[in-house]
Amino acid sequence: MNDDSLWSIFINACLINNFVLAYFLGICPFLGVSGKLGTATRMGGAVTFVMLVSSMCAYGIQVLLVQIDAPYLKLISFIAVIASTVQLVEMFIKKVSPVLFRALGIFLPLITTNCAILGLALFQTNKGYGFMQSIAYALGAGLGFTLALVLMAGLREKLELAKTPDIVKGTAITLMLAGLLSICFMGFAGLSN
Amino acid sequence: MVPNNKHALPSGTDEFLKGFWKQNPVFVQVLGMCPVLAVSNTAENALAMGLATSFVLLMSNIVVSSIRGFVPKQVRIVTFILVIATFVTIVDYLIQAISLELHKALGAFISLIVVNCLILGRAEAFASKNGVLRSILDGLGMGVGFTIALLCLGAVREIFGYGSLFGLELFGQHYQKWVVMVLPAGGFFTLAGWLLLFNWYETARARRKTLKEAVA
Repeated sequence: MNDDSLWSIFINACLINNFVLAYFLGICPFLGVSGKLGTATRMGGAVTFVMLVSSMCAYGIQVLLVQIDAPYLKLISFIAVIASTVQLVEMFIKKVSPVLFRALGIFLPLITTNCAILGLALFQTNKGYGFMQSIAYALGAGLGFTLALVLMAGLREKLELAKTPDIVKGTAITLMLAGLLSICFMGFAGLSN
Repeated sequence: MVPNNKHALPSGTDEFLKGFWKQNPVFVQVLGMCPVLAVSNTAENALAMGLATSFVLLMSNIVVSSIRGFVPKQVRIVTFILVIATFVTIVDYLIQAISLELHKALGAFISLIVVNCLILGRAEAFASKNGVLRSILDGLGMGVGFTIALLCLGAVREIFGYGSLFGLELFGQHYQKWVVMVLPAGGFFTLAGWLLLFNWYETARARRKTLKEAVA
């Protein structure tokens, strides 16, 4: 498989190098919002959308920064773009669908500090992806994030019914589950050959 | 000491020491998980990451607490993030100058210090409400606590995963390496293990305390 084809970039970001389970990006929402299946799905959707928009913006910024020869501004401009994208998305959703806006609640502004999004912008510029490749990368990363979140939420809903000792309750047992999920996802590494 | 006055500010030492144990950013507050898990595969990486984060935390605490008077409330988060991003850029270039190898090992995670919720959390929860001196103490304490936690994780993962500590061989040639500890899954397991230890200690202490009170 050609390493730079859109499809392989997509599969790579989604399964083989899953952002949450292989790169440890976006762990905070992964642990925080994975309690219920419904919220996990919506959060995944919102993150995917912000990833898509900010990845396109990041591509533009990178081109611009290379032209004015100021690579040291990369980090600052990326984070500013992400913060304003989230703000825009928030206003847009509020205007178009107040129901969805209420459902997402506090998760929307929190997306700004989701390291998966800044990570995506940094990785795609480090790898030198073009515009279409960036979009494929963002879609894959977003879907991968959603997949990990939904799987985790499903497991945790079952876990609530299980008998667990008192001292592992909370974060500890969630982290162990995440570790097991991460081992499962290592199986996808075989796809890259 | 005025133990009766509940509104008295905690002493400087308390402000510094709380980050070590009572409010340890990793084990108690569970903040800044991403770098904790990602770069703690060896003790050396963990130490470097801890120091870099502590530096950014300290500097951003100083700046945020000194400009807290004239930043309007509505734009404070954006201002804080821009301050943090500036210092992270400095650290990024510093590490690149000191050791290119280390820079490669840490990769994008140096830049990702920007979105470490620990730093923004301290800026918002502490530095924007307290004076410069107190913020310095808070930043130092939290930074040391964060570094210790990272080292705990990194050391365990390196000892089991590579059979070494800071690059020194520990077990000789016949040691069977636990590859899983170096892989991402090992990060989750090690952190879970440390949290278990912490919880166990805290519950044991609470139980002893109630027992003592019951006896008295």
